Amino acid sequence: MGTYILKRIIGSILILLLIMVVTFMLMNAIPGSPFLTEKSTPEQIAMAEAKYGLDKPLYVQLWNYIKNYLHGDLGTSLKMQEGTPVKNIIFHQGKFALSIKLGLLALLVAVCLGIPLGCLAAFYRGSWLDGLLRVVTTIGVAIPTFVLAALLLVVFSVKLKWMPTLSGSLTDAKSYILPVISLSSYYTCYIAKLMRTSMLDAINQDYIRTARAKGVKTKALVLKHALRNSLIPVVTYLGPVTAGIITGSFVVESTFSVPGLGKYFVQCVMSRDYPVIMATTVVLSALVIFAMLVVDIAYKIVDPRITLTTKED
Amino acid sequence: MEENKLLLKVKDLKVSFFTPAGEVKAVDGISYALGYNEVMGIVGESGSGKSVEAYSIIGLLQNPGRVIGGSIEFEGENLLEYTPEQMRQFRGNKVSMIFQNPMTCLNPVYTIGNQLTEALTCHDKTISKEEARKKAIEMLELVGINNAEKRMNQYPHEFSGGMRQRAMIAMALICSPKLLIADEPTTALDVTIQAQILELMKDLQRKENTSIIFITHNLGVVADICDRISVMYAGRIVEQGKVNDIFYDPQHPYTRRLLQSIPRLDEEDDERLIPIEGTPIDLLNPPQGCNFGPRCTECMKICLRQKPPLAQVGEGHISACWLHFKDALEKEGEK
Repeated sequence: MGTYILKRIIGSILILLLIMVVTFMLMNAIPGSPFLTEKSTPEQIAMAEAKYGLDKPLYVQLWNYIKNYLHGDLGTSLKMQEGTPVKNIIFHQGKFALSIKLGLLALLVAVCLGIPLGCLAAFYRGSWLDGLLRVVTTIGVAIPTFVLAALLLVVFSVKLKWMPTLSGSLTDAKSYILPVISLSSYYTCYIAKLMRTSMLDAINQDYIRTARAKGVKTKALVLKHALRNSLIPVVTYLGPVTAGIITGSFVVESTFSVPGLGKYFVQCVMSRDYPVIMATTVVLSALVIFAMLVVDIAYKIVDPRITLTTKED
Repeated sequence: MEENKLLLKVKDLKVSFFTPAGEVKAVDGISYALGYNEVMGIVGESGSGKSVEAYSIIGLLQNPGRVIGGSIEFEGENLLEYTPEQMRQFRGNKVSMIFQNPMTCLNPVYTIGNQLTEALTCHDKTISKEEARKKAIEMLELVGINNAEKRMNQYPHEFSGGMRQRAMIAMALICSPKLLIADEPTTALDVTIQAQILELMKDLQRKENTSIIFITHNLGVVADICDRISVMYAGRIVEQGKVNDIFYDPQHPYTRRLLQSIPRLDEEDDERLIPIEGTPIDLLNPPQGCNFGPRCTECMKICLRQKPPLAQVGEGHISACWLHFKDALEKEGEK
């Protein structure tokens, strides 16, 4: 286990390096400059670019990024908050915490709601409840987040005025509701669907028949024998879900005006604030990679047949 | 056999599957009795209803299968009148079952020890964890698993096929049931392991005084372990008798043809195997007459019109065939 985690961490660093290279090339491929405004003259732009080293050849710029990152220096913002270290913007202004809070909450809702709903549908297969859940989950999977978020905003905030239109820094409980629903609905529905299928599959397995022949109670049959087996596909799916919920928060944060990292990310791309783009991408990527590692370890806990290490270890 | 010495009495049991295409009479009126400490083999080809019959004893019939008639008496109590909770307490405790495929019959995500002790704890709430574990280790040792203590903490995928079937047997016998139903327990194993498992079952049967219903399509297997044999064809028992009667004096044409179709070591080298022509009947549309009639080489007119009654052909030896009534029929001018 220890060697496995170590190997994964080394691998993760390589992946992050690759992500930096790709991000660097992509953000330089977008035309424009952080200093380009209607009033600025070409001379002023050239001066500003020279000040921040943007006039150097691209490979030198890239090398500087990597060198600084290895020293733990994420650079300073060029435009959004000129002169402020990017590290402060991400970690000390509550942006990262806000996004993580929102994402984890949505993840929790998706798991805690999706799994029981899927079990219910499987258990009452063919009943009206199963039918209803099928319709609801299909709609939930089909509606894109930006449509749902806008819809919820219009109905509950603008028309009914039950919820705040601007969720802001999520200071009161009420302001969480709509962003979390928007962010988690797709994943809740998908997990419910996945759970239903795998639960039905598990219920019909031979080992369930064996357990029944032993005299195991129906409750234990489902909760002990079927549930753990049917969780395997769901755990596999949780990796991409974590990634999706973290990156998906961009849309939700913008719609509900939550000043999180997601919203900030979109803004910094718009204003070509290169160091901020790079830092946000790397931080979010690191988070996703970490989530994947956690999921892989969880996978091993749920299913003992999985070996994390290769034969040579 | 005396009435009060019977462990299990199945009377005119009928089980049907209600499918969209119609009613499938999987078991169509079978009766038999099983004494204490007795091993009975039920043989028949695939789809003859042997497993369905066993599942209805232990209450594991799945939708759309339903018992529609008859009775199953276990130590004088009709199992068909049990409530689901009574049935649950009965399963695993008084009757347990082992299945065909040991590779899929154990839950892959729990240790062998967990699954063994569960069989104990779901019937005996008072038993402590240590006691249950001790008993489970004893059972594993009894079925010939070495290093039982270590094996308890292993998962099914760390066991070989034969070992898993041993573990299944240990699990089935841990509550000392009076009856063990073995549904083709050796079919999925290779021949050497088959022999070992059979030897183990014979041995345990003597030690634990358990009655066994041994379901198989392999006549060679039943010859070794059973006291009596029931031969099933298309949901009915066509012949029943002691092992020697069935093997050396088969009375029903189906049993005779079945025996001709298996290789024997004591026959001449150039003896050819004779297959049974045709295919089993469609249970959705069973024939009016004898179920085996369409495939029988000795088929008479009456065989196609009416189901044959059971005839006593020897001591404890019965057979359902019109041939046993041939003389009487000829007298009446029917043939």
